[in-house]
Amino acid sequence: MNLAYRDVRHNLFRFVLTCLGLSLLMAVVLAMIGIYNGLVSDALNIVKAPQVDLWVVESGTQGPFAEASKLPGGTRDAVARLHGVVAAGSITYQTVEAPFRGDTLRLYLIGYEPGRPGGPDVVSQGRGIEQSHFEIVADVKSGLSIGDVIRLGRNPFTVVGLVEDTTNSGGDPAAFITLRDAQVLQTQLAPAAQRVQEARGAGLLESQDSVAAVIARLKPNADPQAVAQTVQQWKHLTALTQADQESILLLSVVDRAKRQIGLFLGILLTVSAVVIALIIYTMTMEKLKQIATLKLIGAPDRTIIGLIVQQSLALGAVGWSFGLILILLVKDYFPRRVVLEPINAAALAGIILVVCIAASGLGVRAALKVDPATAIGG
Amino acid sequence: MSVDPRRVIVDVANVSKHFGEGDARVDALKDIDLAVHAGEVVALLGPSGSGKTTLLNVIGCIIDPSAGKVTLDDELVYDNRWLRSDLRKLRLDKIGFIFQFHNLLPFLDAKDNVALVLKLAGKSATEAQRRALELLDYLEVGHRKDSMPALLSGGEAQRVAIARALANSPRIILADEPTAALDSKRAGIVMDLLRKLAAEQDACIIAVTHDEKIYDRFDKLFHLRDGRLDGGDMA
Repeated sequence: MNLAYRDVRHNLFRFVLTCLGLSLLMAVVLAMIGIYNGLVSDALNIVKAPQVDLWVVESGTQGPFAEASKLPGGTRDAVARLHGVVAAGSITYQTVEAPFRGDTLRLYLIGYEPGRPGGPDVVSQGRGIEQSHFEIVADVKSGLSIGDVIRLGRNPFTVVGLVEDTTNSGGDPAAFITLRDAQVLQTQLAPAAQRVQEARGAGLLESQDSVAAVIARLKPNADPQAVAQTVQQWKHLTALTQADQESILLLSVVDRAKRQIGLFLGILLTVSAVVIALIIYTMTMEKLKQIATLKLIGAPDRTIIGLIVQQSLALGAVGWSFGLILILLVKDYFPRRVVLEPINAAALAGIILVVCIAASGLGVRAALKVDPATAIGG
Repeated sequence: MSVDPRRVIVDVANVSKHFGEGDARVDALKDIDLAVHAGEVVALLGPSGSGKTTLLNVIGCIIDPSAGKVTLDDELVYDNRWLRSDLRKLRLDKIGFIFQFHNLLPFLDAKDNVALVLKLAGKSATEAQRRALELLDYLEVGHRKDSMPALLSGGEAQRVAIARALANSPRIILADEPTAALDSKRAGIVMDLLRKLAAEQDACIIAVTHDEKIYDRFDKLFHLRDGRLDGGDMA
């Protein structure tokens, strides 16, 4: 005869309502974990997308994500000739806002050289860029569809392909265009400003042939550190391995957001612990007369402790399960990507287990202090 | 089952109980002597605050006396050998409680409220259920075995509570206002039932009551006044 189960069954509606409240809290905790994972994943996806081993950037910078970096376009040829390099490509990054269907669409534009490293890894719908100009491959989260035309700068671009899970650390969907188009977009002035420049006889403000970084794929047996050291001999360049780049991104770009979310997660878990403790304590206080009766008729302490701890664990388990189901159902509706790994759910289950046992301690303490004499008399 | 009226089941000797110290000291019981024999049904009478419930709690191993000895079914209690868990086990094995407001566990049906005591005493689930049904049938509430306490009438709930008190065949039944929540007809029925059970189970019953209508159902009436027991009037 399980007293905890019988009591829950007797007050099923209230128990389910309590679990529902707790599950909403659990869903928020899981959402925070998922958003944090999504943040890291998005940031790393951009770095991992080109599938390269080496990032060559402007000397003294940690570009192109953590800092601005600018290199002459010809750097790519120099890097491509290095021993151990299989392929090299120039790449640019910039954030643009473009009018689209009466709204403003924010895109993280990646300019690359078709046929060289830097383009989309897998095009899930449509095709990759085949023309030299005015074609674009965008992430599905941008809301663009194949055949859509979007104006970037002075020129209309046609969407020819779609990719998935390619956003920057800020959550902006990425879009790929050719390097030439990206360079023009970076340097081209608005018509009025262009006319002013020409009237002054200044021409273009700067050379169009600059890139943010040169990325390189190495032979399987090549040592990235050794190739990086070779690049460093050119004083105007810095070379970062893929691991360095990922580490920089996590430490400098994602770190503050990570700590912010981590702190918020800590507060949420503390609130959850307090809420669980209060629920268990209240449930116990409502049963004091019954607990006194149990003591009076000779029930040992373990029976009373079992009643409280089992209900606490049931509450935690049901709250966690409902919370997990809820977040799995709604995670795709979040504006930012929510990435939940089984280990996250398991870790939260472990935390909730500990919290429930600790929280039930408060109820158990109250129950063990109940005087059986209170069962006698009205 | 034969009743041996000479055997003392509850023996309270020179028991005193006080609460607080110094100016705040309250003497709830003063040199109480009480002997209740097998098969006897006795009443503790007295105004509120006279010490009836305190005496019931001392006999029920719920509170320790400040002085004196209590012997329950040949076991001397409160002599430093007893841990609180031992006293709880003693209550489970030897004492049945009947309360003014039945105190059935609201989340168990009638049958399981009775079977719980037997389960706590180590009986198997099957044995506990069998004995619970037997008792409920005997007390004529077997047809309500699956009903939750909230759905039982006052009389039915009190009979289920009596079944629970008797489940483990205790030698001592302590009742706190067992008929206070019942009308006079049902009160008489419940008291007759308790008398019958005391005789059959060779147990003694000590009841606290204010209900004058049932005084004639007791073998002896003990009066408590300011913590002192007068007593043993034949009802």
